[in-house]
Amino acid sequence: MDRPIRVVVAKPGLDGHDRGAKVVARALRDAGMEVIYTGLRQTPEQIVEAVIQEDADCLAMSILSGAHNHLFPKVVNMLKERGVEDVLVVGGGVIPEDDIPGLLEAGIAAIFTPGTPTTLTIDFIKQNIKK
Amino acid sequence: MDIKAGLLKGDKRAAARLITWAENGDEEAANIIRECYHLTGKARIIGITGPPGAGKSTVTDKLAKLLRMQDKKVGIIAVDPTSPFTGGAILGDRVRMNDLSTDPGVFIRSMGTRGALGGLSKAAHDAVRILDIYGSDYIFIETVGVGQSEVDIVKLADTVVMVMVPGLGDDIQAIKAGIMEIGDVFSVNKSDREGAERTATEIEMMLDYNKSSDFRPEVVNIVARDNQKVDKLLEAIERHWEYLCKDNNYQDRKKNNIRTEIISLINQYIITSIQRNNHSNLIQSMVEKVLCKELDPYSAAIEILQSFNIVTEQQLDRQILK
Ligand code: B12
Ligand SMILES: Nc1nc2c(ncn2[C@@H]2O[C@H](COP(=O)(O)OP(=O)(O)O)[C@@H](O)[C@H]2O)c(=O)[nH]1
Ligand SMILES: [Mg+2]
Repeated sequence: MDRPIRVVVAKPGLDGHDRGAKVVARALRDAGMEVIYTGLRQTPEQIVEAVIQEDADCLAMSILSGAHNHLFPKVVNMLKERGVEDVLVVGGGVIPEDDIPGLLEAGIAAIFTPGTPTTLTIDFIKQNIKK
Repeated sequence: MDIKAGLLKGDKRAAARLITWAENGDEEAANIIRECYHLTGKARIIGITGPPGAGKSTVTDKLAKLLRMQDKKVGIIAVDPTSPFTGGAILGDRVRMNDLSTDPGVFIRSMGTRGALGGLSKAAHDAVRILDIYGSDYIFIETVGVGQSEVDIVKLADTVVMVMVPGLGDDIQAIKAGIMEIGDVFSVNKSDREGAERTATEIEMMLDYNKSSDFRPEVVNIVARDNQKVDKLLEAIERHWEYLCKDNNYQDRKKNNIRTEIISLINQYIITSIQRNNHSNLIQSMVEKVLCKELDPYSAAIEILQSFNIVTEQQLDRQILK
């Protein structure tokens, strides 16, 4: 299969920190992926629609505002409600260690915090996409 | 999920999946499009092109919103360049169209150019067709107005809108060759900036020289970001449509587009069949022969085509291939 992996990179909520999302977007592009960058201040509805219309293999969300416990599970649940089960969902940003188990429980496949080398994210996506 | 049934019902996920298949050159996509081909032709196809950063996505967003107020269903295909080095791409057009995302009457799809010879053009044609069958009234296709393959894509449109910006004097000169000619409507975006009137005049002057058609494209100054005069641009697009509807203009344009498409498909089929059959050995041996001047590249190409039964000795017009 030599088609590129398609990843939607999104920033849910009112969080204006977009450096990390852009770093990740560029790293994924450089790894040969097609990155659909949707920009700042996305509602969960907008993110879910983008994932559907773009037929993404992976959704990568970035949050540094502290709203991750609310927003990440919300998006995952909305995807489920729309019957989208074959999309890998990962998250990243400033997220306390203690919150990570709960997020994994909620259906986020992995969380990448500051200092994680992007190669780790790239390998994780390549090995875990579901399509 | 039955993709074809879903598409005919206007299901977004079905349309999205089918575009993926088409983009990946999947046989099943070709079959479905073939079976539904008779349903195409209902949508108005509008090409949006111009230099990077001119505001093409912003213009598309605003035009789509105007059409949504008339309750028209809108499809958008936004093409951005794929990196030739990594094969990856950042497709950022949705950033300008965020609030269209959740409108049930709008479908937005981003595409990378992916660099395959002729492949982009075919994938874009397929995507337009899929959104046509899906039930769009209008389909926008946004591409950067540089490079022949991008030009080939917008050529499939009924109306091509060139988005320019003030102060592009030299760029207009540069973009002119082969690309200005395809504009049916010109918009000078970012007319909040200095020099917008002058740029409009320069385009008008250039159009004075270009009298290849009996249709005179209009030049409209707009500020897409602030939604100023975009309605005037839409009116100009509609006037071009009225022109197309007169006499045989539309038929002529369609015929031209179909001819271009068939020829580009022939190219595509030949190249993929050569690649699929993995005749790299044959090509490699030809390379060696040409290198040591045992053969010239013209004859080498012909020999390869013959080995695929693509041309026979009789059909072969060596003069044309040279
Ligand atoms: C730079 C910065 C800013 C800049 C942002 C510029 C910009 N356009 O991004 C400015 C000055 C604007 C800013 C403003 C604010 N900031 Co600030 N900011 C930072 C700072 C110092 C660095 C963030 C950064 O850019 N890092 C560099 C990037 C490359 O790293 P990263 O984002 O972490 O991303 C990496 C990983 O996390 C991971 N990753 C991130 N996202 C994703 C996504 C996926 C899918 C994956 C796989 C990986 C991944 O990979 C990346 C690369 O390794 C952090 C502190 C810190 N050290 O993190 C505070 C911080 C994020 N800010 C903070 C705050 C509070 C604010 C303000 C509210 C301050 C205020 N009171 O005004 C405002 C809010 C702005 C807004 N509208 O949201 C807090 C957040 C607290 C919290 N979460 O509870 C922090 C943590 C500082 C702190 N310790 O208090 N900020
Ligand atoms: N000043 C000004 N900026 C604009 C206008 N329209 C778009 N822009 C900005 O131009 C930049 C590029 O716009 P975009 O639509 O992404 O351009 P594209 O690359 O041609 O699709 C963005 O920052 C827009 O906000 C306008 O009318 N005036
Ligand atoms: Mg754009």
